[in-house]
Amino acid sequence: MNHQVIASPPDLAGAPSVPARLSLSGVTKQYPLVRANDNISMEVAPGEIHAVLGENGAGKSTLMKIIYGAVRPDAGEIRWNGQLLEIANPAAARKLGIGMVFQHFSLFETLTVGENIALALDDEFDLKALSARIIKVSAEYGLDIDPQRHVHSLTVGERQRVEIVRCLLQDPRLLIMDEPTSVLTPQAVRKLFTVLRRLASEGCSILYISHKLDEIQELCDTATVMRGGRVTGKVTPAQETQASLAQLMVGHALPAYVHREHTPGDILMAVKDLSVASDDPFGTSLSGVSFELRAGEVLGIAGVSGNGQAELLAALSGELPLPASAPGETITICGRPVGRLDAGQRRTQGFAFVPEERLGRGAVPAMSLADNGLLTAHREQMVQSGWIKSAVVRAFAETCIKAFDVRCGGPDALAQSLSGGNLQKFIVGREILQEPKVLVVAQPTWGVDIGAAGFIRQQLLDLAARGTAILVISEELQELFDICDRIAVVAGGRLSPVKVTRDTNSEEIGLWMAGLFPGNEVVSHAAEH
Amino acid sequence: MNFPYQLEARPSPSRTMQLAAPLLAALLTLAGGWLIFSLIGKDAAAAMYAFFIEPLSSIDGLAELLLKASPICLIGLGLALAYRANVWNIGAEGQMLVGGVAASGVAIYFDGVTAWWVLALMMFAGVLGGMIWAAIPAFLRSRFNTSEILVSLMLTYVAPQLIIYLVSGPWRDPQGMNFPLSIMFGPSALYPLFSGDWHWTFWKGTRINASVFLTLAAIPLIWLFMRKSFAGYRMSVGGLAPMAARYAGFSERRTIWSAMLISGALAGLAGMGEVAGPIGQLQSTWSPGYGFTAIIVVFVGRLHPVGIVLSSLLMALLYLGGEAVQTSLQLPQALSGVFQGLLLFCLLGCDLFVNFRLRRRGVVAVAAKTIKPLETSTLS
Repeated sequence: MNHQVIASPPDLAGAPSVPARLSLSGVTKQYPLVRANDNISMEVAPGEIHAVLGENGAGKSTLMKIIYGAVRPDAGEIRWNGQLLEIANPAAARKLGIGMVFQHFSLFETLTVGENIALALDDEFDLKALSARIIKVSAEYGLDIDPQRHVHSLTVGERQRVEIVRCLLQDPRLLIMDEPTSVLTPQAVRKLFTVLRRLASEGCSILYISHKLDEIQELCDTATVMRGGRVTGKVTPAQETQASLAQLMVGHALPAYVHREHTPGDILMAVKDLSVASDDPFGTSLSGVSFELRAGEVLGIAGVSGNGQAELLAALSGELPLPASAPGETITICGRPVGRLDAGQRRTQGFAFVPEERLGRGAVPAMSLADNGLLTAHREQMVQSGWIKSAVVRAFAETCIKAFDVRCGGPDALAQSLSGGNLQKFIVGREILQEPKVLVVAQPTWGVDIGAAGFIRQQLLDLAARGTAILVISEELQELFDICDRIAVVAGGRLSPVKVTRDTNSEEIGLWMAGLFPGNEVVSHAAEH
Repeated sequence: MNFPYQLEARPSPSRTMQLAAPLLAALLTLAGGWLIFSLIGKDAAAAMYAFFIEPLSSIDGLAELLLKASPICLIGLGLALAYRANVWNIGAEGQMLVGGVAASGVAIYFDGVTAWWVLALMMFAGVLGGMIWAAIPAFLRSRFNTSEILVSLMLTYVAPQLIIYLVSGPWRDPQGMNFPLSIMFGPSALYPLFSGDWHWTFWKGTRINASVFLTLAAIPLIWLFMRKSFAGYRMSVGGLAPMAARYAGFSERRTIWSAMLISGALAGLAGMGEVAGPIGQLQSTWSPGYGFTAIIVVFVGRLHPVGIVLSSLLMALLYLGGEAVQTSLQLPQALSGVFQGLLLFCLLGCDLFVNFRLRRRGVVAVAAKTIKPLETSTLS
């Protein structure tokens, strides 16, 4: 263990010349189920970029909401520039100069950028003067956005810029960024970092929440590591290794994956020139998507969310079968056309699918795990002439819980009572236990803690080794590079060429994610409409 | 803000409250009723006795209770199935009326025929009538995505027009002195009463008939369908998580159709039981609103067959009680409606505490107190 724990400055009582911009001590928040924050103390100096590092559920978001005044702590004190105070609500926080960019943007799609920003201002405003200020501030920081544009026509990266500009207009002294890079291409991340560094150099403190170790090492001056609602370390990221940071964050070393020799087999799933017009006015239409998926391989599809992933998944899974006008051969499973079959009929052909949304799509929240097993595994002799064989259903759930290390109260536990990682293990397990020929997985480890994520990825690799063709659609590039044999990118509803993983790198995939891939030169992914 | 208690989400729904809520609601309803009787200047104790005890204190009363509870329960069972599947059939009243109309048609056509199959054919016609009336909203929903709530509800107001047309025109009793009534049905078009010597003498002379056996048989069947059949499972998945149903490949259309048809069929059968039972003919207005009462019954009974049996008995008692206070205390029949409303209102209120609990606002106040002395110390 080579990490170095920096003790808090000993001269706190001796009144330092410049007080910390923000200082927390003993902050505690108890929810009915969990203690989200337990005796948290930390300090952020003026102009410091301070990382808050931790897994999902470590209590980062609760802590940030406390600082932003959205949640009241049960105990503890907050000092702002040395002054003890209570932050009653977000408006009070904004008045102090605290700005927050949320992980899920809070913008109205039908309004323009200017109107959205105006809505967030607490004072009266003049839309014209405001537009001028927006243009001025955004140009100053290289965040070019046009206040007249409607938000629905913006890419995710541009929407984030709107949120940042919205904060900048209020002249923040502390900017909280909650998982800002989860939706950005590597190139957009570079740009964001430049802006953040510039802000910090002007004296604005930044609280940067993330679980991505490389970003924190690159950007942040100091880091507070959290696990299970407690602070487990205060470190200087640049002096740490990723392994030591992960150790602090997870409590054990990161898992390594066992890769097997890759021997591509027969084509098990083929998609030929798939085009789907999206019903949703803000959706993305697919055009000319083609790929082949072979037995024993893991194919990854990267891309910034909202570029056609949802539409592609619905078309592949059969939740939205192709219209009668499209040839059924557009999608084949094991050589048989399935384009117009529904999800159940495709499953009968050996297809399985793990969706992105666990509760409500992959599992019925109010049903037990046993009943949730029945949801897709009913083909495993669970139903006889219309009647459910309860013993088989229970046995299947028990097998799945055991084989996939699902921590729960047994087959009768409700799906909604499980943590995200455990429910995901159950859903992945349920699909894998059916020994599918083709498995499509969306965001396999989204919101899953690192331990469970490693386990799930290993299970996918093992399944591929047994001859299943696996398609993984993920926004986490690192994950795709870890487990995929080949990688493609979806951008603006079009699929890039497929590359063997070791022949490409995150720079190239990043460019492709912005729509700049061979065969797509003319189409900019910002101009979908 | 100064209210000393606040609502707080429970970690998991309380099992105790789930069972206690209906009982608590019943107690609150009684208390509310007591208050109402007192406010209108009646002897509350006597009124409550007349409302709730008197109807149960005679064989006749008990028989009437079952006779009323039976159709309500039958309709409620079908509705529970539909509501579990997230299909909101509000038009059971209309489906019941049309079921009654179809059965009456058979009875009038085969008037004078004495054979067992007349009654069987009436049952079949009743089921079919209810299904046809329910098929209209099912078709419009699955084809044009209309709201089955509105369509089924509006059709409920169409059904009485159909009856009025029939009883004042083609099916009017020629000897009926122009009253809007059909002929009285013959004995083979009526459910048998328990009057023979071979029946339990207990029930002798009451109006109760064999239709209660149908309801008794339907209870375990519906329960079995809900809990043990794959079709029932698919329907409840569609109700609980429509996206999950689509993900698993369960057809939404099939769920809508089965939910509407089953609930319509049972409502139609209940309507047939009325015209072939206590009424014995088709009248222009013969429904005491069982189709709407059943909706309350389903929710009070928590969408569960056993709960529905109990709550339909309770609701039948409210009907009888309303009639009793009307005759003994000259209070309006509308009182039974007041009690129904009170009960539903209290139940919805008590239901809140299944998922939430009251907590004293204490912890935050304590934290504020600990902060204050610190503040003064920093100032000094």
